[in-house]
Amino acid sequence: MSDATLGEICVVAVADTFRGDGEIFASGMGTIPMLGARLARATFEPDLLVSDGEAFFVANNLPVGGTDKEVEGWVPFRSVFDTLWGGRRHVVMGASQIDSFGNQNIANIGAWEKPKAQLLGVRGAPGNTINHTTSYFIGNQTNRVFVEKVDTVSGIGYDRAAKLGEWVKAHHELRRVVTNLAVYDFNTPDHHMRVASLHPGVSIDDVVAATGFELVIPADIPTTRLPTDEELTVLREVLDPRSFRDRELPA
Amino acid sequence: MADKRITEDEAVATLSDGMTIGIGGWGSRRKPMSLVRALLRTDLKDLTIVSYGGPDVGLLCAAGKVRKLVYGFVSLDSIALEPHFRLARQAGSIPEVVEYDEGMLQWGLYAASLRLPFLPTRAGLGSDVVKNSPDLRTVTSPYADGEELLAVPALTLDAAFVHLNRADERGNAQFLGPDLYFDDLFLNAAAVGRRFLSAEKIVPTAELVSGGSFHTMKINRSMVDGVIEAPNGAHFTNCQPDYERDEAFQKDYAKAAGDPETWKAFVDTYLSGSEADYQKAVAAR
Repeated sequence: MSDATLGEICVVAVADTFRGDGEIFASGMGTIPMLGARLARATFEPDLLVSDGEAFFVANNLPVGGTDKEVEGWVPFRSVFDTLWGGRRHVVMGASQIDSFGNQNIANIGAWEKPKAQLLGVRGAPGNTINHTTSYFIGNQTNRVFVEKVDTVSGIGYDRAAKLGEWVKAHHELRRVVTNLAVYDFNTPDHHMRVASLHPGVSIDDVVAATGFELVIPADIPTTRLPTDEELTVLREVLDPRSFRDRELPA
Repeated sequence: MADKRITEDEAVATLSDGMTIGIGGWGSRRKPMSLVRALLRTDLKDLTIVSYGGPDVGLLCAAGKVRKLVYGFVSLDSIALEPHFRLARQAGSIPEVVEYDEGMLQWGLYAASLRLPFLPTRAGLGSDVVKNSPDLRTVTSPYADGEELLAVPALTLDAAFVHLNRADERGNAQFLGPDLYFDDLFLNAAAVGRRFLSAEKIVPTAELVSGGSFHTMKINRSMVDGVIEAPNGAHFTNCQPDYERDEAFQKDYAKAAGDPETWKAFVDTYLSGSEADYQKAVAAR
């Protein structure tokens, strides 16, 4: 369908990051990542576990902001830490900054000792990235977000993971970065970020202008796939009837 | 049988300058706010605060009481960034800052509660947590893997504050909401004599098990030295199922951070009197 909004294209691109994950906790931070996890579970990845964002796994297709939960498990924060240290999770986090190896910053902008802007702190990003698969969703890609060097490494990238021994190398995986412009992965020999697909109507020049480091640019870059009819129906009628996705990411 | 009922002011009177205080709850959820407000009424200073931070951290930073802050994050949940904490960080007014991964914070509290010097983890390795807390050390696995792990030091507390839904007068307590968070670890990590638990309601012991399943009774009286009855004591954070967060109040709190005059008016209205005055001012809104 050609009438898919940018928000919908991004939700589907996030959902695709969970493809093949099976029976693990699919965790999304923020509206679009959360919708991506729920859409993947509602369609092509039915064994995923998704949460209500509080303390429960929900078995039903809970809409954003919905409260009519069919609870299938209790996961207070302590269980979340157990699950993620045990590796049975794939999280999609945001990033205030990210570099070419996927080092991510959500902590602060400027020097950590006296930041220009204090943000969240590192939260769970160090533990997430060293223990299980991580992807990122960034709704405002600019060259101040895609930067040469992040101010505080919260989630660790491939260069840092490589220095931490065999166990970490075997378990650290940054699968994809989805932005408002394109989808990226790290499937290159030295794990530099690569353009995986461009969203419809976005040129490689747009992407390069919005990136502060050198991207790996393949000769042929596919266009990010559009949502299927089924995906759009589930998204619009079931998971997000009030269209929070388009509020977060206006076309 | 000990009746451990005291007031918030009696609890904070046991503290002294420079102590390390752990505060339970999570973000803007079930925070022991009446105990935090009591702390604001004292002259105590140079405190070390350990918290999964919310407005507890913001208020103590705004009052200039924090010498050292240990946190995994500071957030108001529905307002992602805690404005008072931000101002303090951006002004460089907190002399010592320890920013951990959320799981590291749990590990430090758990180590303290087990009286271990540290617990090993991978969380934090490779990140700037290690750079920004240069006292952190690693430990090498003594087994065949020989892996190098981060040794999270015990976060031993001089005092702990937590807020639960129900308690009896001896300190057995119950959470009725979706998550205990790490309240049991805060209590267990703290020095005997200064483990303070406030509750929405103090009830006869038998009402604990009749008011919710036994799974909710994770706090027993050996973990608690003082029990404070504090109805609406978590306000303006939530205390499910007793009440939700007071979002309108939280918005006013956050907005007031931007401007010294507005903040002074906020303090005059809400934080210049007793807990009863606070609750009266909230009710009058």
